[in-house]
Amino acid sequence: MLLLTPPLAWFLFVYLAALAALFVSAFWQVNPFTTEIEHIWTFSNFTTIFQSSAYRSIALRTITIAALTTIADVILAFPFAYFMARIAGPKLRAMLFVLVLLPLWSSYLVRVYAWRQILDHDGILNWTLQKLGLPAANLAYSNTAVWLVFTYVWLPFMILPIYAALERIPDSMLEASSDLGARSWLTTRRIVLPLVLPGVIAGSIFTFSLTLGDYITPTLVGGAGSQFIGNVVFSSVGVANNIPFAAAFATIPLAIMAIYLVIARRLGAFEAL
Amino acid sequence: MENKGARVALGVWAGLVVAFLWIPLLIIMVYAFNSSNIQSWPLPGLSTKWFPVAWHDPQVHTAFWLSIKAGLLATTIALVLGSCAAFALHRFRFFGRELISFVLVLPIALPGIITGMALNSFFSNRHINLSLWTIVIGHATFCVVIVYNNLLARLRRTSTSLVEASMDLGASGFQTFRFVTLPVIATALVSGALLAFALSFDEVVVTYFTAGAQNTLPLLIFGYIREGQQLPEVNVIVFAVIALTVIPVAIAQRLTRDSGVLRRR
Amino acid sequence: MRSIRRTHVLLVALAAALCVPAAGVGKTNGLPTSVGKGEGSLNLIAWEGYTQPQWVKPFETQTGCQVHAKYAGSSDEMVALMNQGGDSQYDLVSASGDASLRLIYSKLVQPVNVNLVPSYKDFGKTFQSPPNNTVKGVHYGISLQWGPNTLLYNTKLVKPVPTSWASIYSPTYKGKVTVPDNPIQIADAALYLSKTQPSLGITDPYELTSTQFNAAISLLKKQRPLIVKYWALASDEIDLFKNGDAVIGASWPYQLTTLKADKAPVADTIPKEGATGWLDTWMLSAKAPHPNCAYKWLAYISTPKVQAQQAVYYGETPVNSKACSYMDAISKGSCAQYHANAPLSYFSKIKFWKTPIATCDNGKNDCMSYTQWQQAWQQLKG
Repeated sequence: MLLLTPPLAWFLFVYLAALAALFVSAFWQVNPFTTEIEHIWTFSNFTTIFQSSAYRSIALRTITIAALTTIADVILAFPFAYFMARIAGPKLRAMLFVLVLLPLWSSYLVRVYAWRQILDHDGILNWTLQKLGLPAANLAYSNTAVWLVFTYVWLPFMILPIYAALERIPDSMLEASSDLGARSWLTTRRIVLPLVLPGVIAGSIFTFSLTLGDYITPTLVGGAGSQFIGNVVFSSVGVANNIPFAAAFATIPLAIMAIYLVIARRLGAFEAL
Repeated sequence: MENKGARVALGVWAGLVVAFLWIPLLIIMVYAFNSSNIQSWPLPGLSTKWFPVAWHDPQVHTAFWLSIKAGLLATTIALVLGSCAAFALHRFRFFGRELISFVLVLPIALPGIITGMALNSFFSNRHINLSLWTIVIGHATFCVVIVYNNLLARLRRTSTSLVEASMDLGASGFQTFRFVTLPVIATALVSGALLAFALSFDEVVVTYFTAGAQNTLPLLIFGYIREGQQLPEVNVIVFAVIALTVIPVAIAQRLTRDSGVLRRR
Repeated sequence: MRSIRRTHVLLVALAAALCVPAAGVGKTNGLPTSVGKGEGSLNLIAWEGYTQPQWVKPFETQTGCQVHAKYAGSSDEMVALMNQGGDSQYDLVSASGDASLRLIYSKLVQPVNVNLVPSYKDFGKTFQSPPNNTVKGVHYGISLQWGPNTLLYNTKLVKPVPTSWASIYSPTYKGKVTVPDNPIQIADAALYLSKTQPSLGITDPYELTSTQFNAAISLLKKQRPLIVKYWALASDEIDLFKNGDAVIGASWPYQLTTLKADKAPVADTIPKEGATGWLDTWMLSAKAPHPNCAYKWLAYISTPKVQAQQAVYYGETPVNSKACSYMDAISKGSCAQYHANAPLSYFSKIKFWKTPIATCDNGKNDCMSYTQWQQAWQQLKG
């Protein structure tokens, strides 16, 4: 128990207290002229959010893109992680590991910015398509672009837990399965997938939570219709200084992630984080 | 186990994923040589003039060292606190254990903007000046979780019988820790610390809310992107960071190859 | 009972009487009377383009104050930065008219002693004590530069040359239009409506009754499908035009000068309906950590040569009346181009940014407040 006191104290006093204070302020309001926060208890922030079709569609858009990003990342990451864990030799595995980790060290901002050069109207993608005789893609400054870039930046966070989960499966189990007559697809479905599921869920916790709160990617590569939850929260606090409203809007990702975490724990993902 | 066709297909897929991950990085490196300060395609011309600009820019130096300092401090705190938490949750069963392990996931499960906003309000309300220490606190919240997770996963995979055997054979608690436990968890600590440092070094959202007038490297990069006149310099900085970090990442990868007690074969 | 109440009342009256001169004493007492040695560092919140090396480096060499700038793309961002603990972190903020009063009333900035800024006496009369930075005779900053919000267009793809703001409200360039991501844009829509729908009776685009406001919002809603992106960073708009994603839009002169320096085919204009604009003030934070460096900066940035440098670089108009000849020395004809020599006639045509408040100038209380502008803008973007 003594071992736990320092981190507990840390978390409770700073982190949880700050979070609690933030969410309590969701019930307050802001004085229109001085922009001071007034401690008048009211549900008005929440009613504004639920009654406005714009805010509802922003929340729905964010959740949809988060889900699509997660799916895309799983599709990209799973075969890659399988190759890295079970097929690649030690030297190749080491190299692949470095190639996956290095992008995490280069600036997130600049990588997103580089995507602008790819997707722009006069950018690299259209230039390549033109050279191949194909019609230009109109991807710049759209939600498709945001989805693409989110898939790109969160991919390493999906690869790592899936890889870790796959690495843990003893070879003996797979050998036994094939000895018992199961062909590789059946083995994959019945043995590998259930064991990998916690890793997938763990990765999806990252992709979901990162997408739900991100405002930088939509700001840089999104278009006019690319307001996400993160943008509303940021523009409420970092621009309008309306912290109560930002806090109220932030309860949406908080609630989603809380539910997601409960489900994830049931499915054993916490061991795979 | 997998047939030849599957192996080749998976290999090709792996290559495509690597290409997907690295094409933007290659673009960044190419644009570091852009002669114009606005990014467009095709490149108007190549020039190395931005390299000396970045090298001599005092703001880049200050921001770089601030990022390093913040990262090292946050990682150190994370190693201490994360290990405490991992050991405690692994060894002891106590009331509220499930709740604590849930709470310890929050900093990475909740979007960074929530953490950032909450900490900023917390600091302003208590009139705590934003400084290196507030940045470190902000970073430490998620760094602790990373280290805790890595260590807990490793502890779960190690057999407790080894520790018991060591104690039975007469080793003291400290000796057991030093000769039995530590070698097993060392690589988990290293990989956790490395990942925590990487996340802290590149963190933007929480840092925006917990930094005062000082700039970490990501904040400086964002400022330059906004201002729009020094974009190739930004690309040079990232190019340099990628080049610098190849070696430590490769070394760390060597160190963290599976050396746990559980063997697969 | 009665005697206690009388004493109570007398005490209160005495306290009130003492407070009044105390406030007056506090006003002049708090101001520094001389600028001391520089602290070695200066933290600014500035508009993108306001802290270029060509005038910052000489300042740093002269005074030893290293300049660190945090950029903001809108007044809202500046106010938020100051509110989130910024008033003790940053020394100066280049606030436009729609931020300055908010900062003053929130006590985030402190009065300045204009006598410590030698070039102040050379400012045009209008800029010495403008209502957006001078309250009841107290100066809360030094005016800096001013300019219009322009219509930027691609000279190759936009034909004929646009003369009206209608070109960003009509579907001709659908999907290639861009406007700033700033609630104050509602005023630009209101300004357009004040000329095209005079029956609405809009006289001041920042004071809108709910009917007028709703008309502006519905115009912006019609514009929404035409927009490719609401630019939040100046470099966003630069990239949009350079890479072919936008051909026309609302802009600042800074984007034009940057794009032209890169040989992009762009030009700008002020359409016939007029334009909104900004009048910037360097304001001193309430708890500025480096006040001496701050005053040195105020003195430096107001000198005619530096005013000219910034004006020509950014494309704005200096407040120092002596800057004209320096501007022409840097770029021939720039003094006339940016109206530095005949400012007042041009000045009166621009509707400068100010914070919309619920009390209209006519005394009534039925104008929309800025919080309502912000919420409407957020919901409009969807």
